[in-house]
Amino acid sequence: MSSTNRTVVVTGIGATTPLGGDAASTWEGLVAGKSGVRALEQDWAAEQAVRIAAPVAVEPTETIPRPQARRLDRSAQFALIAAQEAWKDAGFTAKAGEDGAVDPDRLGAVIASGIGGVTTLLDQYDVLKDKGVRRVSPHTVPMLMPNGPSANVGLLVGARAGVHTPVSACASGAEAIGYAIEMIRTGRADVVVAGGTEAAIHPLPIAAFGNMMAMSKNNENPAGASRPYDVDRDGFVLGEGAGVLVLESAEHAAKRGARVYAEAVGQGISADAHDIVQPEPEGRGISHALQNLLERTDLDPAEIVHVNAHATSTPAGDVAELKALRKVFGDDADHMAVSATKSMTGHLLGGAGGVESVATVLALYHRLAPPTINVENIDPEAEANADVVRGEARKLPVEGRIAALNDSFGFGGHNVVLAFRTI
Amino acid sequence: MAATQEEIVAGLAEIVNEIAGIPVEDVQLDKSFTDDLDVDSLSMVEVVVAAEERFDVKIPDEDVKNLKTVGDATDYILKHQG
Repeated sequence: MSSTNRTVVVTGIGATTPLGGDAASTWEGLVAGKSGVRALEQDWAAEQAVRIAAPVAVEPTETIPRPQARRLDRSAQFALIAAQEAWKDAGFTAKAGEDGAVDPDRLGAVIASGIGGVTTLLDQYDVLKDKGVRRVSPHTVPMLMPNGPSANVGLLVGARAGVHTPVSACASGAEAIGYAIEMIRTGRADVVVAGGTEAAIHPLPIAAFGNMMAMSKNNENPAGASRPYDVDRDGFVLGEGAGVLVLESAEHAAKRGARVYAEAVGQGISADAHDIVQPEPEGRGISHALQNLLERTDLDPAEIVHVNAHATSTPAGDVAELKALRKVFGDDADHMAVSATKSMTGHLLGGAGGVESVATVLALYHRLAPPTINVENIDPEAEANADVVRGEARKLPVEGRIAALNDSFGFGGHNVVLAFRTI
Repeated sequence: MAATQEEIVAGLAEIVNEIAGIPVEDVQLDKSFTDDLDVDSLSMVEVVVAAEERFDVKIPDEDVKNLKTVGDATDYILKHQG
């Protein structure tokens, strides 16, 4: 293979999510069909129309020392925890250079978030109003900048090949991983730490998303509120956390004898050019992204046995995605077990692509598709177009090479599809 | 009532502990904020603002660069406190 079309593999995974403080506990929660959605107990929640969310299972300050935590936005704290886990999981013992297995000049970091340091921005504005100019934290700018999580992860691992932050709302995390795959494929880097993070459980984002009629108001039943494909779905539930992969050229991974979870086959990208927030109802943009994926990679639809769907539990979006899968894959869609893990984690916005890529890679590695929970009465349009894994996790084919997709779409009409495959 | 040297050092030790996580007993007059106490330039601004509030003193930005050690800061506060 030429140096501009190198094979990319996943050698490390890390996560901190509403289901667990690491990738293993998150996976355990997903397979068990556990909901991470809770009633919001904060005083400010009382006046909100939406009083549920999916906070992380383990507070980041349990791992990050206080002096370090106070100069990091919550989204950067999540990213660092997930990146640290992924880095160690990949077998690295120290930052690049200190660990001779990776050259810092050949290491990148691409961590994205949809909104950036929104809680820092809003909290510091409160400080400004209540206590005055002098009390605004000098750490505010590096904390609120959207590239903060990526830059902090870059510092953690010693990445000098490039540190990037693609922003595309809820597709950001997936776009980050796609960008990282391209960095390695085209020869810019040998190893890239990539994923998504988000920390937006704060009264302003919740009021704003709530007023868009985008969020579930099923406050009486938190665990049942995120219900993709169910006829009674009424919007997404806001989650928080991060998911990170260590991506590596197959050659580099083989040279250092790294464990390989899966191949990162590539990405398909498109934009709807339809509406700033509404999904295109027939899934045309999504179809275009899927077609791009097939044209730009050697992925065979016959190999695809699992799709980690974007499915946020909104009335329009969930079905448009399944229509696109049917349109592009035809009968091949029949052997794709579709899982909507947001039914358990809630919607992590820019973190979703990261966490769901971790879930997709683990689904291939364990050959097991997590369930979609809360589907009591499936939407007939969903049932007609796809095989949704409901209730319990489902075994994937035990033999042969299998592939899986992770879909992520964002406000603004951004569509990103990532493909992974067993080795 | 104005704080004594001892009270100022103890107060600065609490502030540095809160901001940089350095044990209070390590915060001594001869210690450099940057070299010994893990206080970088941004955190120094936090230390200064916390000290201003605690000891009722104004420390203008142009004076901050002269406060290299805990002793420098203690002397400054002793001299300027309200």
